[in-house]
Amino acid sequence: MKLFKKAEVIDEKDMARTISRLAHEIVEANKKVEELVIVGIRSRGVPLAKRIAQRISEIENREIPVGILDITLYRDDLTLIAPQPIVRETQIPFDIDEKTIILVDDVLYTGRTVRSALNALIDFGRPHAMHLAVLIDRGHRELPIRADYVGKSIPTSKHETIEVRLKETDGADEVLICELKER
Amino acid sequence: MVLKRRHLLGIQDLKVEEMELILYQAKAFKEITQRRIKKVPTLRGQTVVNLFYEPSTRTRTSFELAAKWLSADVVNISTSTSSVVKGESLRDMAKTIEAMQADTIILRHGQSGAPHLLSNLVSSSIVNAGDGSHEHPTQSLLDIFTLLEHRPTLNGLVVGIVGDILHSRVARSNIWGLTKMGAKVVVVGPPTLIPVEIERIPVEVAYDLDKTIERFDVLMILRIQLERQQSNFFPSINEYVKFYGLNNERLKRAKEDVLIMHPGPINRGIEIAPEVADGPHSVITDQVTNGIAVRMAVLYLLATGWGEG
Amino acid sequence: MTKILIKGGRAVDPASPLDGKRDILIEEGEIRAIEEEIRCEEPEVRVIEAEGKIVTPGLIDIHTHLREPGREDEETIATGSAAAAKGGFTTILCMPNTEPPIDNHSLVKFIIDKSRTEAVGNVLPVGSISKGLEGESLSEIGQMVKGGAVAISDDGYPVINTELMRRALEYTRIFDIPVISHCEDTNLSKDGVMNEGYVSTILGMRGIPRAAEEVMVAREIILAELTGTKVHIAHVSTKGSLAMIKEAKRRGLKVTCEVTPHHLILTDEVVMGFDTNTRVNPPLRGREDVDALREGLAEGIIDAIATDHAPHALNEKELEYGLAPCGIVGLETALGLLLTEIVNKGVVSFFDLIAKLTIGPARILNLERGRLKVGSPADVIIIDPREEWVVDPSRFVSKSKNTPFNGWQLKGKTVVTIINGRIAVENGELV
Repeated sequence: MKLFKKAEVIDEKDMARTISRLAHEIVEANKKVEELVIVGIRSRGVPLAKRIAQRISEIENREIPVGILDITLYRDDLTLIAPQPIVRETQIPFDIDEKTIILVDDVLYTGRTVRSALNALIDFGRPHAMHLAVLIDRGHRELPIRADYVGKSIPTSKHETIEVRLKETDGADEVLICELKER
Repeated sequence: MVLKRRHLLGIQDLKVEEMELILYQAKAFKEITQRRIKKVPTLRGQTVVNLFYEPSTRTRTSFELAAKWLSADVVNISTSTSSVVKGESLRDMAKTIEAMQADTIILRHGQSGAPHLLSNLVSSSIVNAGDGSHEHPTQSLLDIFTLLEHRPTLNGLVVGIVGDILHSRVARSNIWGLTKMGAKVVVVGPPTLIPVEIERIPVEVAYDLDKTIERFDVLMILRIQLERQQSNFFPSINEYVKFYGLNNERLKRAKEDVLIMHPGPINRGIEIAPEVADGPHSVITDQVTNGIAVRMAVLYLLATGWGEG
Repeated sequence: MTKILIKGGRAVDPASPLDGKRDILIEEGEIRAIEEEIRCEEPEVRVIEAEGKIVTPGLIDIHTHLREPGREDEETIATGSAAAAKGGFTTILCMPNTEPPIDNHSLVKFIIDKSRTEAVGNVLPVGSISKGLEGESLSEIGQMVKGGAVAISDDGYPVINTELMRRALEYTRIFDIPVISHCEDTNLSKDGVMNEGYVSTILGMRGIPRAAEEVMVAREIILAELTGTKVHIAHVSTKGSLAMIKEAKRRGLKVTCEVTPHHLILTDEVVMGFDTNTRVNPPLRGREDVDALREGLAEGIIDAIATDHAPHALNEKELEYGLAPCGIVGLETALGLLLTEIVNKGVVSFFDLIAKLTIGPARILNLERGRLKVGSPADVIIIDPREEWVVDPSRFVSKSKNTPFNGWQLKGKTVVTIINGRIAVENGELV
């Protein structure tokens, strides 16, 4: 099987605009910016979280705390998957009690990752509220979960994949639709 | 890199990459040990049996917390070889535990090789928590983890392991572990407590602590068992303390940034003076905390690795 | 009793010495004729074709443990002697560490009577040196010898009291039997489970130093000189012991020794996997020792090869290494192992190997066996040197299966065993 590129749905300029729009939406919906913290889900949720936080602090002139969450230990398919997933460090160096957490990930698909992340965050304290921000919502939810802030909704089929590439991790800002095909 | 093993029986047969993976994972698990709610659901529904044939509050508690913080169900079985018909115990116990469907058995046993025997008798994962004078792999991993919190690398470090090398599983596991990670090991003790041909591992052998202490970046002090005196391994505890006890006076000759370790439990005032054990060079309490993180990493990797033996 | 004619085989008898094509006629339990060609047209003669095979005297094992009386679940006189016959041994000496130990003439008689009715081959009892194998007072050696004991030994329980050993040696001068010494200073070997060396160091197991054996070998040689009587050193395992024995022989002392197949073949490296079937006493030693033993065999310093066949129940061996009993079975694997690992690899010739298994032990004991001689008891075996086989403990005749050689590929096997003129083994299986 091989991955074939079908289309580019977001380019570098779109990416910047989308992140900026997400930041504005978050600020608009959360008047108490001092209660706002952002947590990115490893791996591509992390640079996205940092960019959104950066944008918000530009808008509001205030530092927004950013945390990193690894959800490996909370996965519901841990003993089924191979190879052995490596656990990366979770870094939430601030108190989340009574805070509004903006959870950030690149793609929202089945909702299972978000479910894991919600469980994980509850172990850190009792936030006032949790919101979900994603760059792409591609549908096919398997759990009753929805995003509060969506960069772009892209209807896909199950044999397609969404490839999010970021400068920090992949050297370029773009989102592609790809398809798995026999050679 | 994947840890494709069912069992952790010793450090001797671990590859460097496998050790590095365990240590890397332990770092992620250490973060969990510092949370307010120290629990992740990873091993929910799994049963871990702590099977201890020797009393050991420290190691057993450490494994128990590691398993519980991973949400496994933990059963403690403490027994002593003397209370059952000699030798019959392990095989029979293995069958009982097998019937309890234990996923993992943590075994502490007075006989070298007992975990190997157990791994042939049951289908559970086996973690060696100390067998005879053979190995104590998680102790070595936590010692190395602790050192790496204080030093960027073990490459080139000179580690002195001081005391009863002959009877020490901690020494053996650490000799393998430290040398694999690039450190140089010198074992220091009276000739009666240095096992034969140990130079072939290879390590350096020294008998005089005062003459060698200035070379060490790390001093790993072993517990001296009081009953060794009766077997004439040395004339008296008093004489042992005079030659090998680590006190402030002796420490003056050591490097300024020397790290002091001890696997515990400590005979205060015997192999190590209280002011040294609690002093600025000591990382002994770090060893205890890190023990849980390292054991969580081991349990996690064995549970998800399901490789062959 | 039928006549047996073995035709066309290569007869090898180190005692004669003989190595050539011979026909052998057996009648009334004795060897009747050994000639280049024997024609015998009588219909009652049983003819065994031995073309391409080797005919030798029946092998003698100077060191076995049959567990009767006491542990008949592990081995009996019947099963032990059957295992021996299958392995080519027509005569075996059984050590006295039974329960109770063979330390008086009635137990010697028990072994002899039981052997007469139940044993497949010749079973010769060894009486104990000390009462109860306790190393404190002499057993009634004279009465045991009169009853049929061929040697005395406290095998397994070394005689620590040097004075007692001296008296035992002196006293046996009347009977001209060897005192078989298990050389081990138990203070030096205390709690030891394997050879002291690099392997014991990395496994963290208490080692048994070579000195534990050598100190006692030196003592026995000194006592042999003091008393002028025969000392036989059992299962020599170290280079140092062998050097002392060599020197003692050079000085004309009556010191003989044996070595086991496992000490000639295995080193302590095999303990690495914690297989309790590698736990033997004396322990498997280092490469240097194995090489020295092989050299000693080739040089002729070693008088006999003995199995030290020591059966143990599976549940006693399936234990932690340090808790398992010492010893392995050897009667059914010895010849195949020795042919494969010692003869085929050029350590000694077939002829010299057979000497150590026949006339060698016979001379130590003054036995009229172990040779192909007209008028001798007809203990004869036929070996197929080309037969390849795999060690499979489940097929052992012995009641016990404790062997470290499970799965070994061997070449060379006993196909026929004739004991006192009776065919005990044919086509490699018991009749």
